[in-house]
Amino acid sequence: MARWIEKQRNIIDFTLSALLRRKGKNISLLVVYTIVVFTLASAIFFTHAMKEEASLILRGTPEMVVQRLMAGRHELIPPAYGRVISGIRGVTAVEGRLWGYYYDPVVGANYTLMVPRQAPPPEGSIVIGKGLSRQRQVYEGDMLSFRAHDGRPRSFVVQGILSPESELVSADLILISEKGFRDFFGLPRPYVTDLAVSVKNPQELVTIARKISEILPETRPIIRDEMTRTYDAVFDWRGGMVVVLFMTSLLAFAILAWDKASGISAEERREIGILKAIGWETSDVILMKVWEGLVVSLLSFLLGIVFAYFHVFSGSAFLFAQALKGWSTLYPVFRLAPFVGLAQVALLFFLTVVPYTVATMLPSWKSAVVDPDAVMRA
Amino acid sequence: MIRLDSVKKGFNTGSLNEFIAVQDASLSIGERRITVLKGPSGSGKTTLLSLIGCMARPTSGRIFLRGTEGSIGSLTFDGMSEVEVTSLPERFLTEIRRRTFGFIFQQFNLVRGITALENVMLPAYPLGEKHGLTKARAVSILEHFGLEDRASARVEWLSGGETQRVAIARALMNDPPVIIADEPTAHLDSALSSELMDTFGRLKSEGKTVIIASHDPLVFESAAVDRVISVKDGRIEQAPSMDRACFEGEAPTARPREGMILAPMDAA
Amino acid sequence: MILQPTVISLLLICLVNTAMVLGSAGCAIPILRRWDIRSGSEEQLLLERRTYLVSMMLSYVLALEVGSFFLFIYAADSLHPLFTGAMCAAGTFNADGYGYPALLLKIVGLMLAGLWLILNFVDSRAHDYPLIRVKYSLLLLLAPMATAEGAVETAFFIGLKGNMITSCCRSLFESGGRGVAAQMASVPVRVATPAFFASLAATFASGHFYQITKRGAYLFSLVSSANFIVSAVALISFISLYFYELPNHHCPFCILQKAYWYVGYPLYGSLLAGGVSGLGVGVLACLRKTGSLSRILPRVQRRLASVCLASYALFAAISVWEMLFSRLTLR
Repeated sequence: MARWIEKQRNIIDFTLSALLRRKGKNISLLVVYTIVVFTLASAIFFTHAMKEEASLILRGTPEMVVQRLMAGRHELIPPAYGRVISGIRGVTAVEGRLWGYYYDPVVGANYTLMVPRQAPPPEGSIVIGKGLSRQRQVYEGDMLSFRAHDGRPRSFVVQGILSPESELVSADLILISEKGFRDFFGLPRPYVTDLAVSVKNPQELVTIARKISEILPETRPIIRDEMTRTYDAVFDWRGGMVVVLFMTSLLAFAILAWDKASGISAEERREIGILKAIGWETSDVILMKVWEGLVVSLLSFLLGIVFAYFHVFSGSAFLFAQALKGWSTLYPVFRLAPFVGLAQVALLFFLTVVPYTVATMLPSWKSAVVDPDAVMRA
Repeated sequence: MIRLDSVKKGFNTGSLNEFIAVQDASLSIGERRITVLKGPSGSGKTTLLSLIGCMARPTSGRIFLRGTEGSIGSLTFDGMSEVEVTSLPERFLTEIRRRTFGFIFQQFNLVRGITALENVMLPAYPLGEKHGLTKARAVSILEHFGLEDRASARVEWLSGGETQRVAIARALMNDPPVIIADEPTAHLDSALSSELMDTFGRLKSEGKTVIIASHDPLVFESAAVDRVISVKDGRIEQAPSMDRACFEGEAPTARPREGMILAPMDAA
Repeated sequence: MILQPTVISLLLICLVNTAMVLGSAGCAIPILRRWDIRSGSEEQLLLERRTYLVSMMLSYVLALEVGSFFLFIYAADSLHPLFTGAMCAAGTFNADGYGYPALLLKIVGLMLAGLWLILNFVDSRAHDYPLIRVKYSLLLLLAPMATAEGAVETAFFIGLKGNMITSCCRSLFESGGRGVAAQMASVPVRVATPAFFASLAATFASGHFYQITKRGAYLFSLVSSANFIVSAVALISFISLYFYELPNHHCPFCILQKAYWYVGYPLYGSLLAGGVSGLGVGVLACLRKTGSLSRILPRVQRRLASVCLASYALFAAISVWEMLFSRLTLR
């Protein structure tokens, strides 16, 4: 065993010196390899972090939301529905939610107006999201004016700005008091936008949702888990799309690797010939080539991942954020929380190092099986 | 010690450019002597050398080895009887070669870009010996040749004579009983050439067997040489004058067969 | 099909593995037909060079099989939210008919690749390639197996569609249910625990007996292979319960999750290592009669036996540790 370790050390020693001797060819490969890892890692880190972020955010949402539909479109819910639902066994609480959209022609953006469950702003004031504040250049103490449902403007004092940490979901959010909301949208007193339902046993959600649909056929119960699943699916799908598109680059990279490995210079060929002549076996030379591949792979892999980490988590993936986040006028500036698991690293390993290793397998073998007496015949 | 029996080596057999380098060669190399394979370039002496040194497998014929001791995998050598090495797998052949032969090539063939010391240590790398031990041995061999202060110099900076000595040092790294040299004086001036022959003479006195392939008269007419075998067109010729040194003649285990061309002094 | 990056990478590995095994099998045909160690012809030299390529490819295949085995389970686990009723990987595997067969084929493929490499190692230590025909005939058998594995795995992923209704591991591995999984879970603790320890004891006993007296290789191999199965059943039947601290959670896949400190990896890793090495001892014992191997076989077999015992020891150590320190007590 000790001999084996010592032998590996010797071969690694020679491999490293060989790599350094052929810096030119190896540097170009290293750069391309690193870029390949970097691209894929950025996409995977990003989609994974978004998934985690989404699930964290969704944890704060109600377990089930019941909406009313009329001709397939979202309608306001009368409070009677709320009373019916609270009568269902297993339901612990039913709360009316007030929220809606407002299109601001000034910047061409959609805002979400919402009445928060706790601590709504006092009458005549609003709390706005950072993205909005930035876009309209309004800050605490300033006035904002919007056109209400009757065509006349309503002015609000900006009481506060939502924290930058929540920007991902709150960039376009306006928190308003119930009175202000109803007055702005012309929403008649008892009606609410939808109902937030809490249940005692989460396992019963599906059953209760079914019951609600049976009793109130116009309604659509939305379970939080379904939403999480949908978000997961979307980000998975987006991540998957990137990987699929990446396949062409991967193929090109594999071909490059093959080419580089096959096109060994005359000098390298001579070196291998000498090694074989002085007593290295074919398997020793193959081992050397394997270590060569491992060193290049590990270096590129580490560099690629580190760069991708900083790119995604410090630089907010500025290089491909547009494609991955979706289209919107208001782009929140946000920092994704670092969510990198062992699984992502392993996945990246399988998608980059494995193709490289397999692509260089045949050329490595070819160069290693040269006859020991080749140097003598040349 | 090393015995070839009707050995033939051909390349591209079966195709139009078939080329037979060595034809029907049978010879026996004695221990503790300097044997020279003499012949013009293209005569097949290099191929013969590579066959003797277990570097190549013959297309037909057999090769025997005697004198190494030890075991490799399932094979045991007791140092006394002959072992046939013709059809051994590469792994075994390489192991035998590592233990038995040290090679000096025509262009010395040192690995460029690394130091002289590293070059000398290379043959021992796959053996998995502790790095410190290998290095110590390499340094002592270099000291033997007066190169201890050039040990950490890159081979490109060595003079012709120094390169020659490093090449010999590398061949001696695993302390092999046989040294094989292919046209060692091809790129040397006469001063270095005679220095080389002196070195070979010294090695012989230390108990080593030396086999040289050369067409340089300085080599095969050197006083240190015990035996000259003529090779021409892939065949071993009957050399006319061969009575230089006293030759006890190892008895081959096979009896000479009809029509077989033997190198002289091999008759039982 | 669900287009997740993990799924894509698994399909890629599938493709690469199958290609490599088929390539090796392709090399096997000329080797089986025209191998002649005594010949020095160029063709023979070419064939000998090819053997290096095949060894290289099979080594990669083994490494990829091990990696993709764990990745496969991880992928199934990460996909489980998409299926109604699934709480972990077990549900995903059950979502379409190919899940469990794919897993089983993977395990078999892994063990066959490991065995082949053991044979290859032994063959390379002999001076006349005694096992060349055996090895390459085996490769011709491995090829359809690897293709089947690739096909089934691909079919599994293609057949996966979101919102399919499947079962949770709780119902799949429920005591009293139907099916192999449920039967494994239903083995009562009173029976499974002594059986597990008895099997372990038998393995260690026969192993030590073999190490010391150099006899009883077949017995040891048989006992260790039986131990492989008994340990797997034990894991589902009662060992996993200690990790989950729930008397009914028999799932074999949840222990691979982060929540349980990834303890599933060393458990399954050691179990597989023990299984392959134990089997190897027996397979090599069959080749005792081959001339050139008679000297090297015993040493290799002894080393394999040590690996086997060490692996099972690790498995036992982790299991017993958890059994002692878990908050659950089973009577």
